[in-house]
Amino acid sequence: MIGLDARVVVERDGFTLDADLTVDPGEIVAVLGPNGAGKSTLLRAISGLEAITAGTISCDGTVVDDPSRGIFVPASRRRIGMVFQEYRLFPHLTVLENVAFGPRSTGMARTEARPFAGEFVDRLGLTEFADRRVDSISGGQAQRVALARALASRPQVLLLDEPLAALDASTRLDVRAWLREHLRGPLFRGPTVLVTHDAVDGLALADRIVVLEDGRITQQGTALDVARRPATDYVARLLGLNLLRGGARDGAIALHDGGHLQVPDTAVVGDVFVAVRPSAIVVSTQRPEGSARNVWEGVVDGVEPIGDRVRVTVTGPPTVVAEVTRGAVSDLHVARGDSVWLSVKATELEVYPG
Amino acid sequence: MTTRRGRTVTSPPWWVAVPATLALLFLALPLIALLVRAPWDRLWSVLTSPTSLDALRLSLVTATSATALAFVVGVPLAWVLARASFPGRRLARALVTVPLVLPPVVGGIALLLAFGRRGIVGQYLDSCCGITLPFTTPGVVVAEAFVAMPFLVITVEGALRGLDTRLEDAASTLGASRWTVFRRVTLPLILPSLVAGGVLTFARALGEFGATITFAGNLPGVTQTLPLAVYVGLEGDPSEAVALSLVLLAVSVIVLVALRDKWLRSGPAS
Repeated sequence: MIGLDARVVVERDGFTLDADLTVDPGEIVAVLGPNGAGKSTLLRAISGLEAITAGTISCDGTVVDDPSRGIFVPASRRRIGMVFQEYRLFPHLTVLENVAFGPRSTGMARTEARPFAGEFVDRLGLTEFADRRVDSISGGQAQRVALARALASRPQVLLLDEPLAALDASTRLDVRAWLREHLRGPLFRGPTVLVTHDAVDGLALADRIVVLEDGRITQQGTALDVARRPATDYVARLLGLNLLRGGARDGAIALHDGGHLQVPDTAVVGDVFVAVRPSAIVVSTQRPEGSARNVWEGVVDGVEPIGDRVRVTVTGPPTVVAEVTRGAVSDLHVARGDSVWLSVKATELEVYPG
Repeated sequence: MTTRRGRTVTSPPWWVAVPATLALLFLALPLIALLVRAPWDRLWSVLTSPTSLDALRLSLVTATSATALAFVVGVPLAWVLARASFPGRRLARALVTVPLVLPPVVGGIALLLAFGRRGIVGQYLDSCCGITLPFTTPGVVVAEAFVAMPFLVITVEGALRGLDTRLEDAASTLGASRWTVFRRVTLPLILPSLVAGGVLTFARALGEFGATITFAGNLPGVTQTLPLAVYVGLEGDPSEAVALSLVLLAVSVIVLVALRDKWLRSGPAS
């Protein structure tokens, strides 16, 4: 197997991480999950900073960790580059010296390491900061240095642990854009694993999304798949979608939490998920007369303005979040405790097997 | 407990100023006396007398050697105590602090029993390699190192334990072996503590008296360091003793100034 092939089991203090992860060269996989799901532990295990309890990890066909065979290659000999959320740059070294640290540590002579590191510094647009101390540069620049440093150690696998989480909102956009550029660029062609708790980062940067919750993988697929068809409440919430579950028969779905929905596709049978965009749900104070086939009544539980839109939570069944314009809310005069009618077209429902 | 309204509870009542002032005077007066009674007019000639020069030179050489010795073996000990786990680690850590509280003269006796000509180790050093430590200049270094090294070990160990290991983790993912990580990341990061520990160790070694006179004796030019020359001087030429004391006081002040920032900032957990 060329690339990264990891079957990771780590048991520690009553927490168990049990996840399989295979990443091809040139592929970027985002591991998405809430805090405490085991994302960082997974990266630490792959990098060799932590030994696995069971399973096996191989990079480019070489087994680097396999407790059943007594194999454990320490982090320093794994050739796995890692970029950390808090950068972890060496404060006593300059930008260039930080980037040269990897090559120097693996035996490259000083005279050779400087131009070698300089190449990465230049490619990542850090030329003007090369001789600066790392405590005098900004967060976005620091994260570039961290990536340059990881790439300059010539890794077989690249791991990024929440690379955008410590940045402020505007820097985040910048760094995300150049990450997208450089992760597919000429500097690195191996497998990349990106850990994040931000769905947008994952969707923007990755080919494939792996959702990790409570130590286990709960969903995986292409970014598009996961975005359209979330399989857990966590992912649905992250993406801002309503996720309902039910049993489908003859074009109708009996929802587990009560209520019914009509779908256009009569072929779907059995347990299904239904994903509904909040903006596809129409809110009105009178029973709507339109063509929508799904109409139900509910009580407003919360009204939350977000920019020029307002998210209205309505207790059903089914209970959903609808997103309407600010103008609509003032026209409707909806407030907590009010009774409203909801409607959604059958074609707006994303139905898939659960 | 009742507190009068509007009075802050943390500042002491006025009468505490009386014993506090007494304490401060008690600490300051002897130093002032030393400065007042110093033979300022013939200070230079006293300090450049052969006895003084010998003592100065010997003190400088031995204190420097003791500090160097402390670095060579003390830093590795600090590293092990801070980061390795082995049975008896707590005991080892406690052992390091013993010379700090042990009366130095007892340390000197203990050194004699260990490294003296008939000592449990010394007898073999003598018979196999012809090495004799007591009453020699290397003996002075041993006595000083015994008393002073704990300052370095404790300072460096505290710094290592307080150090965030995340940078070291990052270094190892870049391919650095443990020794490379220690040399290129750990040591530079604890540099302030290395300096602080080294200066403290040097100062303690320079002032060492009890263990030195017990283990190494008081031979001018061979084992008679500054503090010993001060002690001897008091019986012969007191002004020489005072002049040499001034030198030691000056060194103490320099150490204080040198550590003012580093010692307080790095905050070793001793």
